[in-house]
Amino acid sequence: MYSIGQAFKNICRNIRLSLASVATVSACIFLFCIFFCVIANLRAMITNIETRVGITVFFDENLSDEEIMSIGERISAQPEVKETQFISADEAWSDFKKEYFEGKEELAEGFADDNPLKGSSSYAIWLKDAARQDSFVKYLENAEGVRQVNYTSQAGSLLTGINNALLIVSAILIGILLAVSIFLIRNTVMISAEFRKNETAIMRLIGATNSMIRAPFIIEGVTIGLIGTLIPLVGMYFLYGYVMRYMNEHYTMLSDIFSLMPHSSVFPVMTVVALILGVGIGFFTSLFALNRHLKV
Amino acid sequence: MIEFFDVSKTYSTGTRALQHVDLTIDDGEFVFIMGRSGGGKSTMLQLLLKEIEPSEGEIVVNDYTLRNMPRRFIPRYRRQLGMVFQDFRLLNDRSVFENVAFAQRVINKSAREIKESVPEALRMVGLSSKYKSLPGQLSGGERQRVAIARAIINKPSILLCDEPTGNLDEKTAREIMQLLDDINRQGTTVVVITHSAELVRDMDKRVITIDKGVIVSDV
Repeated sequence: MYSIGQAFKNICRNIRLSLASVATVSACIFLFCIFFCVIANLRAMITNIETRVGITVFFDENLSDEEIMSIGERISAQPEVKETQFISADEAWSDFKKEYFEGKEELAEGFADDNPLKGSSSYAIWLKDAARQDSFVKYLENAEGVRQVNYTSQAGSLLTGINNALLIVSAILIGILLAVSIFLIRNTVMISAEFRKNETAIMRLIGATNSMIRAPFIIEGVTIGLIGTLIPLVGMYFLYGYVMRYMNEHYTMLSDIFSLMPHSSVFPVMTVVALILGVGIGFFTSLFALNRHLKV
Repeated sequence: MIEFFDVSKTYSTGTRALQHVDLTIDDGEFVFIMGRSGGGKSTMLQLLLKEIEPSEGEIVVNDYTLRNMPRRFIPRYRRQLGMVFQDFRLLNDRSVFENVAFAQRVINKSAREIKESVPEALRMVGLSSKYKSLPGQLSGGERQRVAIARAIINKPSILLCDEPTGNLDEKTAREIMQLLDDINRQGTTVVVITHSAELVRDMDKRVITIDKGVIVSDV
C-alpha cells in the first residue's frame, strides 16, 4: 500500500511529464492497434479470396471421365486438400449457358447437342491452408494427365505484398514511438528518483529491501504504461465499430468479398498484446532506469 | 557486540582512512568516537552500515561477519542498527507521525503495529503532542528527537549517531545526549561520533579517539 501511494504521489508530482509519457505510450499503442486491425483483416481477406476461388484443374482431352475421376481421387487424398468438386464437361456447358445466355436461350440453340466445352471436365479444389497454394499448384502441374491449372495467384500475392509492406511500415513506426516512450518514461522515473533521493537513502539505511525501494518507481512506470494502453484500446474499440458500420452502409457491394472481422475476432488478441507491450514498456524502462540511477 | 579485527580502509584515491584498527564494543555500552575531521570516524560508520568494504581485516556485528555477507542479507542486518544524523534527514513533506512511521512502513509492518508503536516512540522522545506537526514547524532539538524516535522505533540493538548535536545549541545538545543516555539505559548499545569535547566530558562514558585512521586512545 505504501508503494502504491508513493507511486501515485510521484505521478502527480511530475504530472506534466507523466502525461507526456502517457500520451506517447498511447500514440504507440494506438498505431499498433490500427496496424493490427488492418493486418488481421487483410489476412482474413486473403484467406477468404483464396479459399473462395480455389484451384481449377483441367485434364488431357483424350481422358475419359472415369480416368479423370481416378486422378481426382488421388488429388483429393493429398493432405493439403480440404474439398474437391468434379465438374463434368456437360455440367460446365450447362453452367456456361445459364450464365451467359440467360434470357437469350435461342442463341445457344445453334450448338444443338454439340458441347463446345467437350474435353473440359475439371476438378475444383479448395485447400486447407491458402499459404500452401504455390507448392500445391506445382504438384498439380507435374501430375500425370493434368493439362492446365488455373488459380488466383495474383490477387493473393498482391494482398500478401501489401500485408508485408504494412508489417514493415508498422514495425518501423511502432519502433520509433516505442523508443520515444521508453525515453519519456525513463525521464519521468528518473526525475521521481531524483526527487525522492533523500527518502530512498533513508530507506536503504533503515533496512528497506531493494524491491521495497524500487516498488514505487516500478508501479509508477507500470501505471503510465497501463493508462497509456487503456486509452487507445477503448478509443479503438469505438473507432473500429464506427468503421464497420460505415463500410456496411456505404460499401455493401464489397461485403461479399470483404467485410471487417467482428470485434470478438480482433480485440481479444490485440488487447492482450497491447497490454503486454504497454505495461512491459513501463515495467522494464523503470527497472533499467533505476538500475542506473539508484544505488540500491 | 561490535568487533573490528585489524581493519584498514584505503580509498581508490589512495587516502588511508583507517589503519589496523582493533576494537570491541560490548552489548549495552555507550561509546563516544572522537577525532578531527578526516580522521576516520565517518569511515568507521560507513563500514558498520556496510556501505563500503574494508580493504583489510574483519568486522563482526552481533555475530554477522560483514565481509562475507550476501547483498540480500544487508537490509535485514541494517534493521539491527538505528541511525541518527547531524542534519536529521527528515521527510519535510510528512508529519512527525509519518516520519517515525516511515521506518516501519518500509519494512512492511502492519498498520496496527504502526498505530501502537509510533505513539510509544514519540512519548519516549517527549514529542507526543507534536505528532501532527511538520518538521519545518519544529525546533532543531525537536527535529533531532523525531530522528531519534525514527531510529529506535524498530528496537535496534545498536544506535549509531553521527554528530547528533552538531547543529544544536549547547542546552539542546545536552538534552539530546540525556535522551541517548536514557535509550542506552534500556539496553541499546549507543555509539556517538562527535568532536565536542565538552559533551564527552560531561557524560563520563567510554571515549575512543581516532586520528589519521589510528586509534590513539580508548578510555
